[in-house]
Amino acid sequence: MKAAIFEYARAESIAQACSLLAEHGADAKLLAGGQSLVPMMAMRLARPAWLINVNEIAELKSSRRDGAVWVTGAGLRQVDVERDGELARAVPLIRQGLYWVGHIQTKNRGTVGGSLVHADPSAELPLVAQALGASFVLRRNGSERTVAAADFFQAPMVTATEPDECLAEVRWPVWQGERVGSAFDELSIRHGDYAIVAACAQVEVDSAGRCVRAVLGIGGAASVPVSAEAIARSLHGTQLDDTTIEAAVESIGQYLDPGSDVHATAEYRVHLARVLAARVLRRARDHAAGMARGTRA
Amino acid sequence: MNEPKSSVCITVNGVEHRCEVPTRLSLVDFLRETLRLTGTHVGCEHGICGACSVILDGDPVRSCLMFAVQADGHSITTVEGLANADGSMSVLQDSFCETHGLQCGYCTPGMLVATHSLLKTNPNPSAGEIRDAISGNLCRCTGYQQIVDAVQLAARRVAAGNGNR
Ligand SMILES: Cc1cc2nc3c(=O)[nH]c(=O)nc-3n(C[C@H](O)[C@H](O)[C@H](O)COP(=O)(O)OP(=O)(O)OC[C@H]3O[C@@H](n4cnc5c(N)ncnc54)[C@H](O)[C@@H]3O)c2cc1C
Ligand code: FES
Ligand code: FES
Repeated sequence: MKAAIFEYARAESIAQACSLLAEHGADAKLLAGGQSLVPMMAMRLARPAWLINVNEIAELKSSRRDGAVWVTGAGLRQVDVERDGELARAVPLIRQGLYWVGHIQTKNRGTVGGSLVHADPSAELPLVAQALGASFVLRRNGSERTVAAADFFQAPMVTATEPDECLAEVRWPVWQGERVGSAFDELSIRHGDYAIVAACAQVEVDSAGRCVRAVLGIGGAASVPVSAEAIARSLHGTQLDDTTIEAAVESIGQYLDPGSDVHATAEYRVHLARVLAARVLRRARDHAAGMARGTRA
Repeated sequence: MNEPKSSVCITVNGVEHRCEVPTRLSLVDFLRETLRLTGTHVGCEHGICGACSVILDGDPVRSCLMFAVQADGHSITTVEGLANADGSMSVLQDSFCETHGLQCGYCTPGMLVATHSLLKTNPNPSAGEIRDAISGNLCRCTGYQQIVDAVQLAARRVAAGNGNR
């Protein structure tokens, strides 16, 4: 359980991290919180020849509102993001998702960017990013590109990030309406374990309680987190009453392709997805109604 | 291939250590084998058990998931650093003894680090908050209840002025 030999560099800026990546290419890995990469190195599932520490890069740690999006630096610690009250009001699903992630010791080190680039199909932050349609700013030596969540998550633990790219920041849409509500829920063996299935939803309702906007995401039941767009769209214009929600999530299986393992069969995962989807939609609706009455969560 | 090395300056329990370490040396191996501070235990070596928990710049972290080179310029407190200045046990440590919060003691340094950190920010935690704080630490002996009791006892003793931490 000891890592193989590697050369080590500590990058002081994103530009420096990118030029080190350009130099060492596919043999190098960025080291952020180490909460996923270091166990893989200990088990020799990963053997990078170069490790580039990005923990000391201040410009990876900014967190700011930029109009209709909230921008989080990739290097922000999960614990700091979870505690940020302003961010929690602007994009409540981030805190609601992080509540389920690991333990205090892992959140004190683990970063937002590390979780997204690691891209475990059951992980909470990738699910929130997919459901909300976040976008990812990737830098390489001398250039930058922005990738939408739908194109970012490609397969289990595979993202659009190329070996010479550094994820610089993540742009999370802020829903600016008066009556916006959201909810996250999951089933796992123990709190802090990866989810067997996770679900999240965000809805906006008008003054008459009619749904004007909705998103629904499911994690742990396909090779990447999925956004159930057609189901969410079918809720527009409805009162989001329990029967409408139950009927809408009936077809959730079309989005899913779960596997069976020692924790749950594929069938059970689809069942769970349906139950959790209905639950988060109901909670998001109630949360939105509470916002309108001024009982901000 | 030669073993790559890097020089570091790491403060452990208030003492500065300057030395050269292999880049792949984990922080827990640095503490236990280089500094001979064997209070910090090592169990799984891949982030699951929590036995290796230490305090990095004030926050509890797993020392098996960091390389010693990453701690360069940072400050670590291990379980050895939790005792009183005169070497006697802290109220929290003493409370673990009082309530039988340990049996084999394998998990104990990690449990102490986790709950010491909890009490610093939350001097009067509920049983649920204590269980949450130790959710990343496995104990195969106690069944956890006596650990929860220990933390609550320590909180009561500190609140009653019967203790200096
Ligand atoms: C006990 C335990 C329980 C956990 N439970 C959960 C859980 O319930 N849910 C969950 O989602 N996660 C969980 N995790 C994983 C945790 O959230 C990790 O923090 C996360 O997956 C990786 O983030 P990191 O910052 O530690 O990244 P690292 O481990 O340092 O890196 C992960 C990968 O991302 C790459 N990378 C990192 N930063 C960048 C960047 N800026 N640009 C490009 N590539 C980058 C690295 O090269 C590496 O390939 C758990 C971990 C542990 C140890
Ligand atoms: S030895 Fe570090 S978590 Fe088990
Ligand atoms: S006392 Fe033995 S593992 Fe906790």
